[in-house]
Parts: sequence; structure tokens; C-alpha cells
Amino acid sequence: MANWIPLWLHRLSSPPTFYRFAGTLRPWAMGLAIALGVIGLYGGLVLAPADYQQGDAYRIIFIHVPSAWMSMFIYAVMGVSAFIALVWRIKLAEVVAMESAPIGAAFTFITLVTGSLWGKPMWGTWWTWDARLTSELVLLFLYLGVLGLYHAFEDRRQGARAAAFLAIIGIINVPIVHFSVNWWNTLHQGSTVNVFGHSKMAWDMLWPLLTMTLATKFYYAASLFRRAQTDLLDLESGKDWVRTIARSEDER
Amino acid sequence: MNAPSMRTASLAILRRDLVLAWRRRSDIAMPVLYSLIVTMLFPFALGPEDTLLQRIAGGVILVTVLLAMLLALDAMFASDIEDGSLEQLMLAPQPLALMLAMKILAHWLTTALPLIVITPLLAAMLHLPAAIIPVLLLALLLVTPLISLFGAVLVALTAGTRRSGMLLALMLLPLCVPALIFAAGAVAAAQQGLPWLAPISWLAAVLVLALVLAPLACAAALRIALDS
Repeated sequence: MANWIPLWLHRLSSPPTFYRFAGTLRPWAMGLAIALGVIGLYGGLVLAPADYQQGDAYRIIFIHVPSAWMSMFIYAVMGVSAFIALVWRIKLAEVVAMESAPIGAAFTFITLVTGSLWGKPMWGTWWTWDARLTSELVLLFLYLGVLGLYHAFEDRRQGARAAAFLAIIGIINVPIVHFSVNWWNTLHQGSTVNVFGHSKMAWDMLWPLLTMTLATKFYYAASLFRRAQTDLLDLESGKDWVRTIARSEDER
Repeated sequence: MNAPSMRTASLAILRRDLVLAWRRRSDIAMPVLYSLIVTMLFPFALGPEDTLLQRIAGGVILVTVLLAMLLALDAMFASDIEDGSLEQLMLAPQPLALMLAMKILAHWLTTALPLIVITPLLAAMLHLPAAIIPVLLLALLLVTPLISLFGAVLVALTAGTRRSGMLLALMLLPLCVPALIFAAGAVAAAQQGLPWLAPISWLAAVLVLALVLAPLACAAALRIALDS
């Protein structure tokens, strides 16, 4: 039967196995991210027609919307791996949760900056205190809180567990960010792209957006793999497998 | 030897913390003085115009109380960690969450209650109409326990660290945003003569939820932070 899946996942949570796994997949993920990013940006910035109302200014969505999706997606990944780290005390889950936080914070920051760059010509203001913008800002502070707490401890594993707990508390904010445009009457528009129904967007504009979404996902994977590898080497320094790697690097 | 009942133990913790706070009365006075002075700064900074002060009074008082409580939160477990009594509490046969709930209650009684008592004075300094003051007090009665409960969880998380002051602010203030929005919404609605019960009910609902969950979360956080 499909016994090998849980077995394989179990084995993957061992640091040396994950180190090799991440090392093999990372170049592919990065290559796909760059290729899809170039295609998506070309499609979005050159091929897609200008909007009848906003002109060329709407093109910022090809950065803004994928980043916004990633800011929530990464928080969800962080929350789930934080839960795994606290319940089963798996070292790799701690590493994944803590190394996701800076990437997620960067995407949240990009979302806020591109949003306000677009808001100035369209809404006539850089910033407004509506529910979507405020909850996204709170999301950024949550990421920063997790990072700050992680680095405040002397013992890194203890810091990771404390920060994981904070990440789980903060996960309440993710549905609030997502549904804020439906629950409150906001200046920010509602969702245009719909996974299960009909999207209110022309295909010429939609496909670059979806390509960019994939590109950001692959970038996240590549970045996370690299960060996790570095972190694992640091955490496990002194173990045999790290020594073997260091020796083979030396010989080269 | 039988362990004392939960009731006896809870009352003992509550009495111990209240007595400790009473012996250091000047610590209780600090948040009160802080909020008086901060509130006093606003008329100087914005000019003593009645209409302007009236409009901002509710928000200013809520934020001042929030900051005053933030300053006092740091000390919630500090002395107990230093002298090791918190470890004793964690080893005690009674549930840790209940004991921590008593500590949080004692902390609320010694820091938030004095702030609520002087709120009418703060409101008068900013010329808030007397009819609004009951709504403001009601909002504060619901918001301050929420801040104490959220704060206790986060203080417990930072218990193992040395420099926690700014970090606590970074973590607590974003979590307080919804509570602040509802409380300020209630006061603003009352000032405009609109019904203000809906945001108050929201606050009460969140408070009931937090009363049940926060002590449990606080106990879990403390076990994580002090486990080494």
C-alpha cells in the first residue's frame, strides 16, 4: 500500500536527509522561480493590455497580489510547522517555522509598499486605516514579533519553541486579513480572482498573475531550502554528518 | 500529607500577591502618575481648545491606560522568577493555569483598577462630557482585563529572556488593536448619541473567551519559556 509516504516523510524530518533533499531541489526551485518570474513579468508588463480605467498603473498587481497571497500562505506554513514543532518536538519543524518568518515578513513589506505606491494615484492617499490594510500591517508586526522573540533567547531551540507559540496565537489574524474585505466595508476592493468560480478578470491579465503566483511559491521554496540548510549546519555543528560535509568542502 | 484544596491554594496565591503589592505601594502609584502626566501633556501639545479635546478624549484615555498597563506588565512574573517561587508554583499539585489566573487577577486589581478609578479625573482634564464617562468606564472595565490576560501570555513567553521591555510592546500592541478599536468605537458612538451596546457586547464576548483560554495559554507558554 501507500506505506512509503509516511515513512518517507518521517525520514525526511531527519536533518542530514533534509539537508541533501533541500540541496537537490533548491537549484530546480530557484530556476523555475526565475523562469516563471521572467515569463510572468513579460506577460504582465508587456503583453497584457492596459486597463480601460486605470491605464498602466494597474500593472502593479503582478507584484502586489502574489506578494499578498504569499504573506498569508507563509504565515499558514509557519503556523502549521510551529504546531508540529511544539506537539512532536521535531527539530526540522522549528527550523522551517523560524526560517519562514523573515521571508514572510519581506513579502508582507512588499505588499504594503506596492499597495501604497498604487494607492497614491488611484485612491489619492498613501495609506488609509481600513480593515484590509490595518490587518496586513498587524500581520507584519506579528512576523516581526516572532522574529524578535526567537532572537531574544540565548538558547536557540528554546527561542524557537517560544516564538512558535506566538506564531500559533497570531494565526487568528490570517482569516481576518483574508475576509476583511467581505466583513467590513473597505476602500480596498474585494477579491477578483476566484479559485472555484468564475474570475472577474480577462484571461490576458489573469495568466501572468497566476504565473507570478507560481514564481513566488517557487522562490519561497528555494529561499526556505537555503535558509534551512544554513540553519541546520549551524544547529548540528559538531555532529558527524556536518563534519563530513565540512571535510569534503575542505578537500575541494 | 494531603495537598490543600484548589480553593485554598487560589486564595492563598491571591492574598500573597496582594500583600506583596501592598508592601510596595509606590509601585502601584507609578502607572497612575504616568497616565496623569501623559494626559496632561495633550492639552499643552494640541492647545486647550474644548471641542478638539472633547473629540480625542476617549481615544487618548484608552491609549494612555494601555501604555500604563504595558509598563507595569513587565513586573508580573519578574520577582517570582528571581526568587524561584514560580518554579515552586509549576511543581505544585494544583493546576498551574488556575494559579496563574489568580496571579493575573491580583495584577489586574493592583494596576488596572487604580487606573479605572482615576479615569473620571482624566476625562475631566480633557473636558469629556459627564454623560459619556459611564460608557468609557464600562469599556475600560472590559478592555483592561483583556490587556492583562493577553499580556500575561506574552510576559510568560518572554520569561526566559533578559531584555524583554521593547519586545513585549512589539508583541502586545498589535494584538490589542481589535480591543482598542471596539472600545474606542463604543465611546465614539456614545459621543455622537448612537447606540453603543454592540461594540461593548463584542468586547464582553472576547473577554469571556480570553478568561477561559488565556490562563491555559499562559501556563503552556511559561512551561515552554522556563523549560531548559
